[in-house]
Amino acid sequence: MLKDYVRAQTVDEVLAALQKGDARVIAGGTDLILDLQAEKVSAEILVDINSIDDLQNIELVDGQIRIGAAVTHQQAAESQLVLDSAPVLAEACRSVGSLQIRNTGTVVGNVINAQPAADAAVALVALGAVAEIKTENGTAYQPVEDLYTGVGKSKIDSTKQLVTAVQFPALLPNQGSAFIRLAQRGALALPVLNVAVVASLVNHKVEWVRIVMAPVAPRPLRAVEAENMLRGREVNEQNILEAAKAAAARANPRDSALRGSGQYRKSVLETLVKRGLSEAFNKAQG
Amino acid sequence: MAQMILKMILNGKPVERRISPGDTLLDVLRGDLGLSGTKKGCGRGECGACTVIMNGKAVNSCIVPAPRAMNARIETIEGIGTVEKLHPLQETFIHCGAIQCGFCTPGMIMSAKALLDKNSNPTREEIKEAVAGNICRCTGYVKIEEAIMMAAEMIKRERRK
Repeated sequence: MLKDYVRAQTVDEVLAALQKGDARVIAGGTDLILDLQAEKVSAEILVDINSIDDLQNIELVDGQIRIGAAVTHQQAAESQLVLDSAPVLAEACRSVGSLQIRNTGTVVGNVINAQPAADAAVALVALGAVAEIKTENGTAYQPVEDLYTGVGKSKIDSTKQLVTAVQFPALLPNQGSAFIRLAQRGALALPVLNVAVVASLVNHKVEWVRIVMAPVAPRPLRAVEAENMLRGREVNEQNILEAAKAAAARANPRDSALRGSGQYRKSVLETLVKRGLSEAFNKAQG
Repeated sequence: MAQMILKMILNGKPVERRISPGDTLLDVLRGDLGLSGTKKGCGRGECGACTVIMNGKAVNSCIVPAPRAMNARIETIEGIGTVEKLHPLQETFIHCGAIQCGFCTPGMIMSAKALLDKNSNPTREEIKEAVAGNICRCTGYVKIEEAIMMAAEMIKRERRK
């Protein structure tokens, strides 16, 4: 049963409050409030991080875009910096839930809630984002990709740790990205599939590419074979087709009453990856 | 259970209420404050019936923890227009037949107001995006979009006067 609700003003205050018994961090709370009501999660003290000034910012520091833990999906979707230098994230954030949800739920919360198809998290994995994790003992950094331990299960323990930000390299002019989402409607619809691609080209050849697919595994899934296959290759239709095939082969979508059959989703996935690669390469070529 | 004091600016007036830490903003509005214009639909942030404007932004009050509203500016349907002088959105919703059963209407109008407060010249796409989180099972949305378009025009005309 909830006994107290602390609106922390500083990160230190959060970490101190977490020491006091059965306490848990709350950011947007769009999922946590429902989990608390359903008694899937319990807490006596909620520590709200939304009033902490240091966590409100989207900033460019040494070529890295840093998104604070209190930044909402809508703020990220409207940020000129994100639109210019990480459009894949802007688009992913814009496709989350509804405006009301985007005005409340945070980008970092989207990672910590650990749903494999959480749109912003899928884009962050494609961008190679790293989470800044604070505890009483200090600060640690871990790739967002490595924070998943199962469906809806994060390595981050919100009763002890606070992720203060995620950060990733701003895209350069020779780099491009794409976010492809298949859903039943344009809003308030779970993704049947989503794909995020970030690519870097040099002399019309692929320097590197990151392809992330969801929900086809307990975490946003990197199509590692396809990524390796494309490295050093020319951008042409044949290479894109082969890579899309290899990417889909790695995925293992399940049959789902909400999202469609595994067989359908696997065959559509190949097309979505193909579109994602084409769009990202086109943008990288300017 | 521990009690807390919530202070907020509700429809332009400061209010103070004793709340429990687990209350949602919707609980406080509909409960102790008696503002039942804001509706409880799904209670899960999926239908938009409970939409209010918090510090200028449309939110689902059913999933906003009440203590987070401390010192916030909250607008509800009760703060929009008066019986003598309706808000342009209220007038155009009536005029266009954008209301049938009416359950979604308060939330729909709050989402529309949040849009028009920021953007007095919205496109149809922008209107759709602004109310995509408000589910209406009666109207089919077309008349709602028309009402919001017409209200935008009215507000612009009033400003020019």
